Amino acid sequence: MTYKTKKLIRKILFHVFVSLTCVLMIYPILYMLFGSFKTQQDIFQNPTSLFPREWNFNNYANGWKGFGGTTFTTFFRNSIAITIISVFGQVASSAIIAYGFGRCRFKGRSFWFSIMIVMMLMPAQVLIIPQYIMFNSFGWVNTWLPLIVPGFFGYPFFIFLIYQFIRRLPLELDESAYIDGCSKYSIFGRIILPLIKPALITSMIFATYWKWDDFFGPMIYLTDIKKYTISIALKMFTDPAAQSDWGAAYAMSVLSLIPVIVIFFSFQKYLVEGISTTGIKG
Amino acid sequence: MKNKSSEKSIKNKRKNSSLQSIVYNENFVGYAFISLFIIGFLVFTVYPLLSSLYLSFTKYSGLGTPEWIGLLNYKRMFTMDPRYLKSLKVTFVYVFIYVPLRLIFALLVAMMFKSGGRIVAAYRTMYYLPSVIGGSVAVAVIWRQLWGYGGVINRLFINLGLMDEEFSFIASKDTALLTIIILAVWQFGSPMLVFLAGLKDIPASLYEAATVDGANNWQKFWKITLPSLTPIIFFNLVNQLISGFMAFTQAYIITRGGPNDATMLYVVYLYEKSFTTFQMGYGSAMAWVLIVIVAILTAILFATQGKWVYYENKG
Repeated sequence: MTYKTKKLIRKILFHVFVSLTCVLMIYPILYMLFGSFKTQQDIFQNPTSLFPREWNFNNYANGWKGFGGTTFTTFFRNSIAITIISVFGQVASSAIIAYGFGRCRFKGRSFWFSIMIVMMLMPAQVLIIPQYIMFNSFGWVNTWLPLIVPGFFGYPFFIFLIYQFIRRLPLELDESAYIDGCSKYSIFGRIILPLIKPALITSMIFATYWKWDDFFGPMIYLTDIKKYTISIALKMFTDPAAQSDWGAAYAMSVLSLIPVIVIFFSFQKYLVEGISTTGIKG
Repeated sequence: MKNKSSEKSIKNKRKNSSLQSIVYNENFVGYAFISLFIIGFLVFTVYPLLSSLYLSFTKYSGLGTPEWIGLLNYKRMFTMDPRYLKSLKVTFVYVFIYVPLRLIFALLVAMMFKSGGRIVAAYRTMYYLPSVIGGSVAVAVIWRQLWGYGGVINRLFINLGLMDEEFSFIASKDTALLTIIILAVWQFGSPMLVFLAGLKDIPASLYEAATVDGANNWQKFWKITLPSLTPIIFFNLVNQLISGFMAFTQAYIITRGGPNDATMLYVVYLYEKSFTTFQMGYGSAMAWVLIVIVAILTAILFATQGKWVYYENKG
């Protein structure tokens, strides 16, 4: 065998192996997608077959009806509203804070910065009980406020990500703007903000994923079904009391993933770039 | 708003009033920008942290006034609550199995896909996809079906002759944790991306020099790739360890901690104690023990860092 054919065979083997494992990787997702078109009977009688025997579109209509008169229109609207407001708050406040850390020299900067780093490592859920008690005393339980307001005070991971990005911008930009009469405030608004767009987009993508998928927060704070997010609504399909309509559960699960997957495919460039340019080498 | 007024004032001449000299003072500017962070830190972290420390010494149902009971919650945890000790054990097993597996997969796949054209980029996307959606309730719902009674995995094992009857991996106390671990390992996408970024940063000249010296691929991996990646492995390790201790959604939806507490992860138990039986004092004590555990493990990692993590240029 020549070197060339050897190389070709290796290449073919690589692609066969990789595409097979690839199918394995996304099999659960495909199973859910095709399952959403199966009839209830089909789901139980042929669990191993990926494709439905006959295509059935009723699951989407049935699932959308939701629970006790509250439809998925409400759940989607709630999730979208919470996600948009919260993502905006998290990214905007984190950008402001990151600029403070990245470009201002003030007393105590390194102290606050190290606190920010510790916060990044701080497991958020350990604070949930006192936070719950606090929000309860504000009268915020069963409102969206506990899910939204804390984000407006910066999110350490995004602060760090944007901070890393700002540090890579040449200082000469600030200096020349300063000579032209810009203050620190207008340097942020006019010079830095437009340049950190990639870091802002990366943060927005992550923030959107996390908020959209968030289950713990909504489960603890929301008690009225009219205020539920999609993740809580989907969980209701698995409640022992609910009549398990798995087709409907699949259908609504598929719909719940669409926004995340669309964002992923349209912005994946930013994800990879964001991680590699702002990642770990601080 | 501030921008316009500040510009005007600069044209008029800087520092002509004391108010302006304060507003444009470096210290003031810095604190103005990070003030949101400081407020958030005090209100949403420091205060809750201290108040949960206080609550951990009390008996509190969430209503009324907390009743001081000293160290009883802590004593109860370690001497009177076998379910707590079990949840601690389950959590450690979970973390110490899934973290290494996830990182190994992440590294292997990253090396496989480190270079290449569009097809490889497409593969990369597919391998990352589970991580994008893996934390969602939707995936937990499907996971219950795949591993449940007569589910796909069960049928597959029957067809292969490895099993002879209907069996639910989720309802059996020996396999339930395994399904949760597999679900966690399946989502190796984000450490994979971090590894990819790290692999791209290893200078090609190192590999070229090694080739000249006659090193094979295996040697190159152990002598160049792995040592160069140690800072990234460290970063991933810290990250994954912490998120491992925080795992909740999947275990809660798929198994609810069962059967027989076989998947009772720490935070699931913490949730159950605090929000279904409303033992918030006890829950707070559990939260504090968790903080201490995570802090100790992180500290150990940071302390051993000097022994195995190679930073190319210090500083």
